[in-house]
Amino acid sequence: MTEFLAKYGPLLAQGTLDTLYMTVVSTFFSYLFGVPAGVALSVTKKGGIAQSPRFNAVFGWAVNVARSIPFIILMIFVIPFTRLIAGTSIGATAANVPLIIAATPFVARVVEQSIEEVDRGVIEAARCMGATDFQIITKVLLVESAPGLLRGLSISAITILGYTAITGAVGAGGLGNLAFRFGYQRYQDDVMYTTVILLIVLVCLIQWLSNWAAAKADKKIIK
Amino acid sequence: MITVENLKKVFSGKDGDVAALNGIDFSLDNGDIFGIIGMSGAGKSTLLRCITMLEKPDSGRILIDGTDILSLKGEALRKARRQMGVVFQGYNLLMQRTAAQNVAFPLELAKTPKKEIEKRIKELLALVKIEDKADFYPSQLSGGQKQRVAIARALATSPEALLCDEPTSALDSLTTKQVLGLLEEINKSLKTTIIIITHEIGVVRSICNKMAVIDGGRFVEQGSAEEIFADPKSEITRLLLGISEAAE
Ligand SMILES: Nc1ncnc2c1ncn2[C@@H]1O[C@H](COP(=O)(O)OP(=O)(O)OP(=O)(O)O)[C@@H](O)[C@H]1O
Ligand SMILES: [Mg+2]
Repeated sequence: MTEFLAKYGPLLAQGTLDTLYMTVVSTFFSYLFGVPAGVALSVTKKGGIAQSPRFNAVFGWAVNVARSIPFIILMIFVIPFTRLIAGTSIGATAANVPLIIAATPFVARVVEQSIEEVDRGVIEAARCMGATDFQIITKVLLVESAPGLLRGLSISAITILGYTAITGAVGAGGLGNLAFRFGYQRYQDDVMYTTVILLIVLVCLIQWLSNWAAAKADKKIIK
Repeated sequence: MITVENLKKVFSGKDGDVAALNGIDFSLDNGDIFGIIGMSGAGKSTLLRCITMLEKPDSGRILIDGTDILSLKGEALRKARRQMGVVFQGYNLLMQRTAAQNVAFPLELAKTPKKEIEKRIKELLALVKIEDKADFYPSQLSGGQKQRVAIARALATSPEALLCDEPTSALDSLTTKQVLGLLEEINKSLKTTIIIITHEIGVVRSICNKMAVIDGGRFVEQGSAEEIFADPKSEITRLLLGISEAAE
């Protein structure tokens, strides 16, 4: 055990850090773009506060197309763009580019769904009080759906964590890369199992954190 | 100050058109409490949704202090909306805000200075007698308490009129009495004009000075509540009165 740790400890620690780094950065940016996109998907729907069925159809279609491209193909497909943005196409930082591109449409749908859950009556009440569209978005939709958004955040972050394992297979570092190198290329099962356990721990941690935050944020549930 | 002229609204659906409003006319003076009563599907909610501009009528005019609010847009429209407080059957409170924050909400939308908001919250919560629940969330309040918060919120921007769609339909009879008493008090002390939509004749009987009976999107009878109760002219009115007497 100590021998194993001495030999692979630093490697596993670095892998965990790389995975966390990719997950956090990609989640952050995919929310930065995905929240406005999700809001746009929701409010432009028929009966929404800024309804525009044509925009909604086109935008919704684009989101669906982006979501239907398998990640591994998208990753290869955007390599020129990744080079342009990150200066290179290998390593954890470069991996963030395809991760964000793949996760943003996913996040948009997750956000859209949370926003749909806001009671229409409350939106109408705000309208009656003279709220602008922008005020309805920032003060009603995003605030009233905050617990749902936080729960959705864990789904997105865990999905992105899964994607980082795939980027690992093409040399982006992280736990996925370790599992691939040692488990698949060198048949060192102990390293591979350890990475799997570390991934499970990370997933549980994300889930637990977001459940806790959502429960704390939700005033709709009597505590 | 509120005049509604020949308001019409047709909903077209898959199974044909529904004429929800068939030419509604009425006029209210400042300080009136106007009850609109009718059976389910008569067009009550549609009428109120048109007056609050949640629904666009096909034709007609809604004049508030002489201005046709249907012609307003943008900031002028939002300003006009602040002249009307709306109380809903389902309360429609913001679930992630406390009672006090709910009352503050319309003031925040109107960009009222923070100090003034604090002051207004205290006044309003005192007015609806719920100061002790200021920091409670709606999920921690009873139906009657929620409706009090909703009334305080509707009054926050000092509107000239309060429009209520079935404000007591989700409440028990004692709570209904208290909420109606509160509305009457507000009408007396603030001179707020009140429009109440209801299907319960008891609500009209207890606080309204004017009333209208709606059926098939038309007022089949309107005038002073006292006179209509004394001498109901239409079949529907007699039916509504009869139902209430049979139930009592
Ligand atoms: N958005 C809509 N689309 C289509 N038809 C509608 C719509 N809203 C109302 N209607 C129809 O218009 C008529 C009047 O409805 P309204 O909701 O105004 O009745 P109401 O008097 O408020 O009834 P209740 O007492 O049940 O609330 C009904 O026949 C209803 O089906
Ligand atoms: Mg109704």
